[in-house]
Amino acid sequence: MKLAYWMYAGPAHIGTLRVASSFKNVHAIMHAPLGDDYFNVMRSMLERERDFTPVTASIVDRHVLARGSQEKVVENITRKDQQEKPDLILLTPTCTSSILQEDLQNFVERATRTTNSDILLADVNHYRVNEFQAADRTLEQIIIFYLEKISKSSIKKTHQPSANILGIFTLGFHHQHDCREIYRLLKDLGIQINKIVPEGCSVLDLKKIPEAWFNIVPYREIGLMAAQYLEKNYDMPYIATTPMGLVETASWIRQIYKLISENIDANQTLPFKERFEKYIDQQTRFVSQAAWFSRSIDCQNLTGKKALVFGDGTHGAAMTKILAREMGINVCCAGTYCLNDGDWFREQVQGFCDQVLITEDHTQVGNMIAEIEPAAIFGTQMERHVGKRLDIPCGVISAPIHIQNFPLSYRPFLGYEGTNQIADLVYNSFTLGMEDHLLEIFGGHDVKTVITKNLSTDENLIWNSCAQKELQKIPGFVRNRIKRNTEKYARSKKITDITVEVMYAAKEALTG
Amino acid sequence: METLKFECETGNYHTFCPISCVSWLYQKISDSFFLVIGTKTCGYFLQNALGVMIFAEPRYAMAELEEGDISAQLHDFDELKRLCLKIQQDRNPSVIVWIGTCTTEIIKMDLEGMAPKIEEFINRPIIVARANGLDYAFTQGEDTVLAAMAHRCPKYKIQSASSIPLVLFGSLPNTVAYQLSKELEDQGIKISGWLPEARYEELPQLGPGVFVCGVNPFLSRTATTLMRRRKCQLIGAPFPIGPDGTRAWIEKICQVFQVIPKNLDQREANIWENLQDYLTLVKGKSVFFMGDNLLEISLARFLIRCGMVVYEIGIPYMDKRFQGSELNLLEKTCYEMNVPLPHIVEKPDNYNQIQRIRALKPDLVITGLAHSNPLEARGITTKWSVEFTFAQIHGFTNARDILELVTRPLRRNNHLKDLGWSKLVAK
Repeated sequence: MKLAYWMYAGPAHIGTLRVASSFKNVHAIMHAPLGDDYFNVMRSMLERERDFTPVTASIVDRHVLARGSQEKVVENITRKDQQEKPDLILLTPTCTSSILQEDLQNFVERATRTTNSDILLADVNHYRVNEFQAADRTLEQIIIFYLEKISKSSIKKTHQPSANILGIFTLGFHHQHDCREIYRLLKDLGIQINKIVPEGCSVLDLKKIPEAWFNIVPYREIGLMAAQYLEKNYDMPYIATTPMGLVETASWIRQIYKLISENIDANQTLPFKERFEKYIDQQTRFVSQAAWFSRSIDCQNLTGKKALVFGDGTHGAAMTKILAREMGINVCCAGTYCLNDGDWFREQVQGFCDQVLITEDHTQVGNMIAEIEPAAIFGTQMERHVGKRLDIPCGVISAPIHIQNFPLSYRPFLGYEGTNQIADLVYNSFTLGMEDHLLEIFGGHDVKTVITKNLSTDENLIWNSCAQKELQKIPGFVRNRIKRNTEKYARSKKITDITVEVMYAAKEALTG
Repeated sequence: METLKFECETGNYHTFCPISCVSWLYQKISDSFFLVIGTKTCGYFLQNALGVMIFAEPRYAMAELEEGDISAQLHDFDELKRLCLKIQQDRNPSVIVWIGTCTTEIIKMDLEGMAPKIEEFINRPIIVARANGLDYAFTQGEDTVLAAMAHRCPKYKIQSASSIPLVLFGSLPNTVAYQLSKELEDQGIKISGWLPEARYEELPQLGPGVFVCGVNPFLSRTATTLMRRRKCQLIGAPFPIGPDGTRAWIEKICQVFQVIPKNLDQREANIWENLQDYLTLVKGKSVFFMGDNLLEISLARFLIRCGMVVYEIGIPYMDKRFQGSELNLLEKTCYEMNVPLPHIVEKPDNYNQIQRIRALKPDLVITGLAHSNPLEARGITTKWSVEFTFAQIHGFTNARDILELVTRPLRRNNHLKDLGWSKLVAK
């Protein structure tokens, strides 16, 4: 047993349901007790979805507990088949049903005889995998199911270079915007989009997946398993680099060039190459504003500022590299909660941060933030709240997220427009440079406010009245930090009365 | 005269898991700590449903069961002892409430058996409530907790022959509890306590000779426990929701205490008078309750009194005995307002309900968050039912809040009505 208040990744069935409800005309039936269909609320609220979420529960109640589901699951499948006429019904086990150990596969087989829809049992172990791993597996499972129905000899590659995008999902962090941005990038490069999977894709179209020249997996958490399967069985190469940030986007485009150059005539290669390089250069220097921003004096003020990054593997690693490599910010700590991908993450951020934190425990992340006291945090909603308590600004870069992270306006994180969005996010998160200086010089605009927020639990430190007055003069947004630093210093020196002198000494000790 | 008809459907409906009750109970009982013994699924639900509260260092946590717990490789007694000891050290609560979940039911974890032993060890009471989705819906979670808590109330000792003790049960925000107590005090009836009080240590005395009365319609187990196990006398009254309900509730209590109510007519009339602006908005409009929190009968009864027509009352579970007075008042209200009796559908089927909603085209659907946006996109006006659980809706004072909620979508419609984009789905 584990005492837990908060988790970064959801339970396995959430991943399965995200895959199912992203496809067009697929219905998921959860074998679950009343109340476990909370996924529907999240989809309807966070995504502001206009359609009914195609997920229903076959309720596990006291009777089911006593006698087994018997006909209930089969009836629910058959009923849904008639009501909605889906192409595929995905029977989804939950943590409750997995300990009941009912033979769900048997229900699937029985129901298949009487339905027009295809029926599949999601193959995930609730106690071993999380939301991301389950989604990854389910996507692979569905793709295999439909590809095994066709013969390999019937596959014809598209005439023009083309790609599939694997891993665009409902409830994904800025997925819709990212997808549009990738689409635009590929179009600029003269590459057709074959299929976007699973968002908006019909399962009946999955047989066309092998017609593409290669696969793109924008986020490594979900889609990699399917890409690896397609590489192994259909000889389709894939790109798992995330085009986030200028350097990575350029590298991503070059990888695409490499893949297509292997399949086009040698005499065509050169103009293609020139076109790609010219495109990267144009976009980097003139279309995207991020490269220019990094040279501008605004960004100069960010040089060496301390930041902490925490998120899923994809966003955590990409953000670390952007901050360190493209903006000159000092990433004191980079971390991820994707434990299963820890080695990959370490390797990615090596050389771009002072230390790596791989944990699922939010208190550990919180303590790290309190210890480092970075000037800005880039994390999930949890880190945003830690930031609020410690008065440190936070830009949200990864799930878990709230409704405000589903913006209506166009906000990709990937591609060249993504670099602009990220530059804005970073810039707005750090206290604005010039203002910072002016406030320091003139003592701030809110010198009259009293100190009320206090995280310090040390009650035996006494601030004398001069020191308190001095503290009031410090601008509001750094006041708490100064207060904490001074107290930290005082404690280390076993000083109980804090005077103005102690404050100065603390400042000197910290900066000198 | 026609009587109410009850139907029962498949039970395929959306509602919150009953463990959600920790969110309001930990706030109500300020010296408590709630430990939900369940899986990642339970934790994920709480984390997402309760949103911002999570970040405020709440006095609840998950005891997350791992594979070793399920397969009994770990000793659950030692595990729970370890966690409770940690909670006791970190938070020092006066009581720890264990919330049993579906998983503890299925693996038959003997929470009731373990609690007394661990209680002794940490020297702190541990209350066990099985608020699981196998047996209960949403607000019934509170019912299981209060029923378990009823056993812990001290035994009633007769104090003076002159006053008969009255204990009200149901968790209400402190201000609302105060308002209701005051209404009764104005009639000369003194409340001797509430189950629950704002602190665990202040639980009221119970026993033979104590009268009890519920304030919420989902408290039938608590009522049964109070009657059968604590030998209290239950006052079956409609619930104090809406001015009509509040009046009937006070009248019923007065009747039991042989008090002739004073100024109630005037009090109720004044409240209705103050609601005039809202009443003109709702008059003649139709409502459909999809059903998820058991407040449906009382709310429907109030809305019919307000001049609305109710087509269907979906409800997770219908205790006809505990809600008897409320059902009678509903019938009477329909008769007096000259509207047809609504259909009461227990364990509704959301799919079928949506077909009926499409056919009936009600002016307002009161429903959960899973269906609100999809219905709105189809031009059907909705109000989220969950808000009624968290808003202050009891007593004379808060009648306005109920109508504020009910009319909000209608007022929004009035603002946007000429813009021509009420239906926003393709097809």
